[in-house]
Amino acid sequence: MNPRILLAVVVGVIGIAPMVAPAFYVTLLNYIGLYSLVALGLVLLTGVAGQTSFGQAAFVGLGAYTTAVLTTQYGMSPWFTLIIALAITLAVGYLLGIITLSMGGHYLPLATIAWGISLYFLMGTIESLGGFTGITGVPAVTLFGFTLEKEGEFYYFIWIVVLAGLWCIANLLDSRPGRAIRALKQGSTMVEAFGIHPGRTKTAAFVIAALLACLSGWLYAHLQRFVNPTPFGINQGIEYLFMAVVGGAVSVWGAVLGAALVTLLKTWLQDLLPKLIGEAGQFEIIVFGVLLVLLLQYARDGLLPYLQRFVPTPPRKLPAAGDRLPHRTMPAAGAAVLDVNAARKTFGGLVAVNDVTFNVNGHEVVGLIGPNGAGKSTCFNLISGALEASAGSIKFMGTELIGQSASDIAKLGLGRTFQHVKLVGTMTVVENVALGAYLRGSKGIIASSLRLNTADEAAALAEAMRQLERVGLAAHAHDAANSLPLGKQRIVEIARALASDPILLLLDEPAAGLRYAEKQQLAALIKSLKGQGMTVLLVEHDMDFVMGLVDRLVVLNFGQKLAQGLPEAVQADPAVREAYLGA
Amino acid sequence: MDFSIATLLAQDGLTNGAIYCLLALALVLVFAVTRVIFVPQGEFVAFAVLTLAAFEQNKLPGTVWLLLALAAAAVLSESLTYRREPARILRAIVGSALPCVVAAAIVWGVWASQAGFALQVLATVVSVTAMGPAVYRLAFQPVATAPVLTLLIVSVAVHFVLTGLGLLFFGAEGARTSAFTNASFSVGGVNISGQSLLVYAFTASLVVVMGAFFKYTLFGKALRATAANRTGARLVGVSPNFAGRLSLTLAAAIGAISGLLIGPITTVYYDSGFLVGLKGFVGAIVGGLASYPIAAAGAIFVGLVEAFSSFWASAYKEVIVFTLILPILLWRSLTTTHHEEE
Repeated sequence: MNPRILLAVVVGVIGIAPMVAPAFYVTLLNYIGLYSLVALGLVLLTGVAGQTSFGQAAFVGLGAYTTAVLTTQYGMSPWFTLIIALAITLAVGYLLGIITLSMGGHYLPLATIAWGISLYFLMGTIESLGGFTGITGVPAVTLFGFTLEKEGEFYYFIWIVVLAGLWCIANLLDSRPGRAIRALKQGSTMVEAFGIHPGRTKTAAFVIAALLACLSGWLYAHLQRFVNPTPFGINQGIEYLFMAVVGGAVSVWGAVLGAALVTLLKTWLQDLLPKLIGEAGQFEIIVFGVLLVLLLQYARDGLLPYLQRFVPTPPRKLPAAGDRLPHRTMPAAGAAVLDVNAARKTFGGLVAVNDVTFNVNGHEVVGLIGPNGAGKSTCFNLISGALEASAGSIKFMGTELIGQSASDIAKLGLGRTFQHVKLVGTMTVVENVALGAYLRGSKGIIASSLRLNTADEAAALAEAMRQLERVGLAAHAHDAANSLPLGKQRIVEIARALASDPILLLLDEPAAGLRYAEKQQLAALIKSLKGQGMTVLLVEHDMDFVMGLVDRLVVLNFGQKLAQGLPEAVQADPAVREAYLGA
Repeated sequence: MDFSIATLLAQDGLTNGAIYCLLALALVLVFAVTRVIFVPQGEFVAFAVLTLAAFEQNKLPGTVWLLLALAAAAVLSESLTYRREPARILRAIVGSALPCVVAAAIVWGVWASQAGFALQVLATVVSVTAMGPAVYRLAFQPVATAPVLTLLIVSVAVHFVLTGLGLLFFGAEGARTSAFTNASFSVGGVNISGQSLLVYAFTASLVVVMGAFFKYTLFGKALRATAANRTGARLVGVSPNFAGRLSLTLAAAIGAISGLLIGPITTVYYDSGFLVGLKGFVGAIVGGLASYPIAAAGAIFVGLVEAFSSFWASAYKEVIVFTLILPILLWRSLTTTHHEEE
C-alpha cells in the first residue's frame, strides 16, 4: 500500500472516530493521543539518540501541575501557563541533561528515576499543591472563543497536537540536526569529527522529549480538569518507555502504535486479571514486565518494523538542484599545510609517540607507515584531535592544533575517515555523506522541525550527491549504508569526509580488510583526488598499497620516526627493512 | 536538637545506612560483572523478610510459588532455546530450574515440619538466593551482549514482574520479623542494640571481603574481566554465563541477608524493596558503580542524611534523599573523565 494513502486513511479514521465510536472509546483515544506525545519524545530520545529516561511521567506532571496551580490559584490563562510550563521544563531538562549526559549513558536514566521519585513525593507533600488529593476546578481551554468542554471536542484538539508533533519530529529526523541525533549511537569520536557536539546534541534530544511530555501533561490537566500525583509516578514513567519500545524506534508512528497497544492491553488486562486471580491489584505489571523483557530479547526494534514490511517506502526524491555550498580556497601546490614538530604523547610511563616531526604540503599524498604498534594511529589521533598531544607542536595552515577539540579542528578544514568504519547503518548512503556537510549548514532544530530549512537541506543533499559522484558511488545513494560491502563503505566514508570541504584529508588505514580489486579502486580514487588539488595524509601498514600511491613516506617504529623520503628510497632503507622484516 | 537525639538519629542513620551499603555492594558487584544496573535488588530484601515472617506466623511462605513460577519459566525457556538440540534440554533444565525446585521443597519442608528459628532463617536465605541465577538466566542471559541501556530497561522490567509476583504470592500486608538478639549495650551513656551491632559487623566484613576478592584473587579478576570483554573472557576459559549467574547468586544472597537484618527494624511490604534498593543505588553511584569502599561510604552517608532529614523535615525525607543524587552526579561528572563504550 502506498504510504500516502495509508496516512490519509489513518487521519480519516482519527477524524471520524468520535462521531461513530462509543464514549468509552473516545476517552481511550484521548488517552492514546496524550500518551503518544510522551512516547514520541522517547522514540526520539531512546530509539534514535540511544539515551533514555524513566522520568517522563514527572515532566508530564510538571506540565499538568504548573497549569493547574497557575490557573486555579492565580487565575492565569491556560495559554499563558502553557508557555510557563514549557519554560520550566526546558530549564529542568537542560539542567539534568548537562549534568548527566557528558558521562556514561546510564547516568541520565538513573538521574531521571531519582528526579521522578522526588517530584512525585513533592507533589504529594506540598499543601498548596493539594497533597495526594490534588487540585480540582482546572478551567477548560478556550480556542478562538470556543470553549473545549466536552471530551469529543477536546479529542480533536489533542489529535491535532499529536499529528503536528509527529510532523515536526519526522521533519526534524530528516534534516541537518536530525542526522546529527541519528549519528549519536555511533559514538562521540565520529560525530565530533564532523563538528557535532555530542553532549549538546543529546541534551537537545532530551529537552525535546521533556517538552513533548510537558505538553501532554498540560493537555491532560485541561482534559481532566483535575490533577493528583498518581498518574505522574515512576510506574507511569516506565510505562511510557514500554510504549516507545513496543512501538519501535524506526519511525515516529511507532509512538502512536506503542501508545495504542499498551493502552488497549492495559484496559483489557485490568478487566481480565482480577477475575482470573480473584483479587484486585495492579497485576497487569507482571504481564507488561514479561512482555517488555521478551520484546527486548527477540524484537529490539519493536513491532512497527513487522508492519512496515507491508508499506514499501518509495525511494526519496532528492531536491533537483540545491545551491552550491561555499567552497574553501585550497592551498597552492607545495604550500605548507600540516607541520608536525616534535609531537609527543605519553600514556603514564609509556611514550607512544616520541618527538615525531614531519610535514605535509599542498597537493601532496603522504603516507605514514610502520609496523603494528608503531604509534601511527596515536599520531593520527593527535592530528585529528581525538587525543591531545603531551608536548610539541602540530600546526595546520599556521594554526596550532594542540589544545583544540576534534570539532574545532574539523572546522579548520580537516576531514577524516575511521579505521573501523563508522557509518550510520540505518541511514541511506547519501544521508551519511550529508552528515559530513554538517558544519556547512546552519539550520537548527526549530527551523528544521517546521520545514523552514528547504534551501539549506537541498544544498546539503546536492553537495552529498556531488561527492558521491566524485567517488563513483552515486548509484548507491539510496541504499542503506549497512547494505554495502566493506570496500564501498570505506569509500562512502571518504565521500563523507569530502562533503566537509576539507583542505587536508586524513585516511586511517583505508585499505584494511579490502580485497585486491577494492584496493586498486581505492588507490585510483586517491590519485584522482590528488589530481583535483586535494592534500592527503594516510596511515597504513600495507607497504604494497602505499608504494605506487604516495609522494612521500614517513616511517614510524616504536613511536619514533625511523625514516622519511621518497617511497623507493624508504623501501631500500636498511633500518626500515629490519623493522618490517626483522632481518 | 540535643546530644541524645543526635546520637539516636546517628545510630538510626548508621543502621539504615549499613543496610543500604549491603545493597550498594551487591549493585556494584552485579554491575562490575554483567554491566547490569540491577534495579530489582531490593525485591530480594523484601522477599526475605516476607518469607521469614510467614514462617513465624506458621504460614506457608509465598516463596514456594514464586520459586515454582521461576522454575516453570526456566523449563519453558530452556526447551525453546534448545528445541533443535533435544540432548541438551535436560541438562539445561537441571541447571536452571532444579535449584528453584529444590529451594521450594526446602521451604515447604521447613514449614511442614515446623522447624525452629535457625532452620527458618536458613531456608529463607536458600530460597531467596535460588532466585538470583534463575532471574539471570531468564531475563539477562539472552541479552547479555546488549548495551548498558537495554540491560537497564530489562532490569526495570524485571523489577516490575517481581513486584507484581510479590503482591500475588505474599499479599499486600506488611511484615516484621523477630530480632536475632535482644541484647543491648551501653557505651558512654548511649544505648546500642545488639541487632544494630550485627548489621555493622556483617556490613564491614562484607566490604573488606568483596573489595579483596575482586582486587586480589584470580577468580575475582576473572569475573571483572567478563564485564570488560565477554569474548576475551571466554577465550581464556571464563564462562560469561557462569559469571553472570554467580554474580546474581551472590547479589541475591546479600539481599536475603540484608532482609534478615532489616526485618526486625522496619515493617516491610511486597514493594518496599524498590525504595530501599534505590537508596543503595545513590550510594553505589557515589562510588561510580566501581569502588566498594566508596560505595559503602556513600550508602552510609545516605542513611545519615535520611535520618537527620526525617527529624527536621520528615515529610520531605524521600525528596531530600533522592534530590541528593543530582549534586552527587554533578560532582562525579566534574571529577571523572568519560571513556566511550565501543
